[in-house]
Formats: sequence, structure tokens, C-alpha cells
Amino acid sequence: MPDEQLALDNINFDIYDGEIVGIIGHTGSGKSTLLQHLNGLLRPHSGTICIGDTDITAPGVLMKDIRRRVGLVFQYPEYQLFEETVAKDVAFGPKNLGLSDEEVEDRVKEAIGLVGLDYEKIKDRSPFELSGGQKRRVAIAGVLAMKPQVLVLDEPTAGLDPGAHKEILAMIQEVHKAQNNIIIFVSHNMGDIADLSDKVMVMNDGKLMMVGTPEEVFGQKERLAEIGLSVPPVTELMHALKDAGVPVKENILNLKDAEAEIYQYLQRKILHD
Amino acid sequence: MIRDITLGQYYAGESLIHRLDPRVKIIATLLFIVELFIVNNFIGFAVCAAALAVYVKVSKVPLSFILRGLKPILLIIIFTFCLNIFMIDGRIIWQLGFLKITVEGLLTAVFMGIRLVLLIIGSSLLTLTTKPISLTDGIERLLGPLARIGVPTHEIAMMMSIALRFIPTLLEETDKIMKAQQARGADFESGNLLARAKSLIPILVPLFVSAFRIAQDLAMAMEARCYRGGKGRTRMHEMRFRGNDYAALMILVLFLGVTIFMRMQLPSVL
Repeated sequence: MPDEQLALDNINFDIYDGEIVGIIGHTGSGKSTLLQHLNGLLRPHSGTICIGDTDITAPGVLMKDIRRRVGLVFQYPEYQLFEETVAKDVAFGPKNLGLSDEEVEDRVKEAIGLVGLDYEKIKDRSPFELSGGQKRRVAIAGVLAMKPQVLVLDEPTAGLDPGAHKEILAMIQEVHKAQNNIIIFVSHNMGDIADLSDKVMVMNDGKLMMVGTPEEVFGQKERLAEIGLSVPPVTELMHALKDAGVPVKENILNLKDAEAEIYQYLQRKILHD
Repeated sequence: MIRDITLGQYYAGESLIHRLDPRVKIIATLLFIVELFIVNNFIGFAVCAAALAVYVKVSKVPLSFILRGLKPILLIIIFTFCLNIFMIDGRIIWQLGFLKITVEGLLTAVFMGIRLVLLIIGSSLLTLTTKPISLTDGIERLLGPLARIGVPTHEIAMMMSIALRFIPTLLEETDKIMKAQQARGADFESGNLLARAKSLIPILVPLFVSAFRIAQDLAMAMEARCYRGGKGRTRMHEMRFRGNDYAALMILVLFLGVTIFMRMQLPSVL
């Protein structure tokens, strides 16, 4: 068909154990499509995806096994809640894996704890009467309860107020610390990406444009600006200082480093004068 | 896969038929259905089929596209054909056990088959050549006189256009929810009937919640823009009969006359 176009084109990357990977890119750049390939919801027309030592694009692979290993949290995951109680909803995933009742209960308890909710207080409440931030945590717990080796989150903080936003980010770091799994997440907040990720992937028009450490990626302000992406606010500030003739490093990602860098500069300046 | 479902599919085009006033097309469709029941012989059907062929030609909708629409109803056509051919008593021309084919049965079966096919093609052309929104606008205007006796015509039309507008939205929503539950290991394909029906709950509950949320948002947005029903409401596209529309109406009346004349003059098949 003439109006067809490649949603993903020539994407190659490796992710290693224990890494947190941030994906950035414009709306429609193929981020969500890429994520849905990671647990076999979409299948590539050509190419392979290996999780651990299994090629999940090979024929005859059991989808159940893939979904056990790769947990995908969609955008606005709270819209997928359906059970009468929080505990039952979180149990949906592990039950589908065919685990025993005790095992399911243990996992539900653990997952609800991991997302920072009080199991005893919340387990019998209806998911529909919780606040927005709580609903999202319950939905994420539903995926965590499947104990995936790879946790994939599509814009986990979209539409949350600043308080809930911070809590979800802290929760992601908490989960990472507790389970040391691979975390892949999409965000439009460059500050979050810089804070959390070990590796940043930049998507544009279905292509992987850049891969690297946050310092490497956010050091290329002009290239990011070309595709309509920005750098974290702190980095922006350092760039502005440099443009104004202040000799500071510009690939700085957090306030603490920025403070140190500016302090050093001021000290040098005082010594000079 | 769920996106392949199309309802009242529209074939985008710029033909003479596409540009006709939707009211004319609705009247034409209704008249054509009536005419198919007025006609009582094969010559009449031949004339109707010829008229339909001209209509299709002018509308520039490809024949393959129209025939594709027939596929889902093929079963019904075959079913009625078989029912007619075996069930009607008369002069027997073939018999096997309790199955028999009669001259009358054969004639009725063919006659009804042709009528059904023409009926479906004729009515599908309405939605193929008219945008859903102009269709509901046309229905609202045609029902206009009923508004005087208290029928909420504007509201009915508004409900229809909202329903049509949100079919793709809800399909998208269903797709998203299905994927989300599949990611949690849900399985919609295996198991017996009961298991499969049960596996729909994780889709249906969130879908209902979403539908109510969307409805609430829409109602809020409409109220924020001071929507107060049809009273005193003006429209962006005023419907007005033009030369083509009057010509089309003339042809319709003429054709109705022809079918009535054929019924009176020609012998009936049945």
C-alpha cells in the first residue's frame, strides 16, 4: 500500500542486566511501538528480539513465558483495573501464570508493598475509589507481581500531579534496588531521564537516533533541538552560561554538579582577580 | 485486527452522487426498497438492476468494494434461497426422499434471491456515498416535521452522530485494554465457551468505565460551549437543494412511475 510506512526501521541495541534505560522521542516517533515489541504484543516483520538467551521472535515460543519475563506497564495503566478489590486485581497477572494460591498471595503482598501502599489497609478496597496516584501504583503492582526480569514502563508519570510524579519515580528506583531488574521507561521529562537512566535512547521517525549515557546524549543539545527535544533545565542553564561567556562544562545533569561547577568557576575567578 | 471492523463504511469520492443532498439519497434508498417490492416480475428486476448499475457507475464506487459488503450476508441469502426452493409446493421437477424441487419453488427462490441482493446493494450505496455526519444531518432534516408533534429529532440525530463518532475511539480503547491485559498474561483464545466468556470480563469492565468517562468528558465539553439542544441552533453547512438535487428527485418520481406501470402491465411471476 502506498500510504504505509515503517513504524520501526533498523533498530539495534543491547541492554545489560541491572540497567535503567530511558527512551525519549517525539509523539509518533515509535517509542510505544518499540515497547510493545519487547513482550511480543507486536511482532516485527523482520529482525529478532532476544531476551536473555531466548529469541522471542522465533516460531513456537510460548507467549506466556515471554510475558512472565517482560512486564509491560502501559500508558495510563489505571484504566486497565477491573476487579472488585485491589488484591484481586493485582493477583490477576500471577494467577494467569498458573501459580499456586499461596504463591499468588505472597506475590500480591510483596508487590503492593513495593509500590509503597499498605497491603492490609488497601487490599479489600475497590480500585475505583482510590486516588489517581494510588490507582496507578496498584496497576504497576499488578505487573510487578509477575516478577518480570525486565520491567517496561510507557510514560509512567503522565498526567500525575508533581507530588505523585515524584513518588512514582522514587518507587521505580525502589523497585530497581529491591529486584535489580532491567527497567526500560519512556518519559517526556528530560530531568527524570537524566536522574534515573544509565543509558538513554533517542527515537526519531521510527529510527534509533542516539544511544549513550545521559552525559553523552544531553551533551548534544543542537542535535536534540533539531528533532524538537530539549535537555534537562540544569543543562539548559549551563549552556546559557557558556553562551554568555562563562567558561563552565555544559554536560551537567543535576543541581549538585551544577552547583559544584559554578562554585569552582567563582573560586578561580576570585583567585584571578 | 479489531481495527478492521468497519460499520456503515464510507467510500470517499467526489462523484455526482457523493455531492447530492443527503436527503435526496435517503429518499432514493427508501423509494428503491419500496420499488423492489412493487416489482413482481423478472423484467421489472432487470430494469431495477439496470438503474442500480447506472447509479453505481455514476458514484464511481468500485464494484469489488460493493461486493465485499455482500459477503457477510451471503449466508442469509443462501439460507432463504434453500428455504424457498425446497419448501414451496407445486409441480415437482426433482425429488429425493423428502426433498423436492418444484417449478414454483425454483421461481420464488430465484425471485427472492434477486430481490435480496438488489436490496442490500441499493441500501449499502447510501452509506458508501454519504458521510455519516451528513447522513445524520439529512435524517434530522427529514424528520423535521415530526419535531412539531414533540419528537426530539435534533437529539436523536445528535445521539446518532455521537455514536458514529465514537465507534473508532471505543475500538482503539478496546485494543489498548486488550493489549494491557495480554501483557498481564490474559488469554482470550483458548478454553471452552464459558472460559472464553469469563476472559472477556477484564476487557469489558475497563471498557465500560472508559465509555462512561468519555461520555462525561464530552457532556462537560458540550456544556462548557453552551450546548442547549437544537432550539435556535444554526449550522455550518446549510443543506439546500440545488439543480442536481431537483433533477435527481424528478428521475426518482419518474422511476417510481415506471415500476408501478410495469406491475400493472406485465404478468406476475408468483
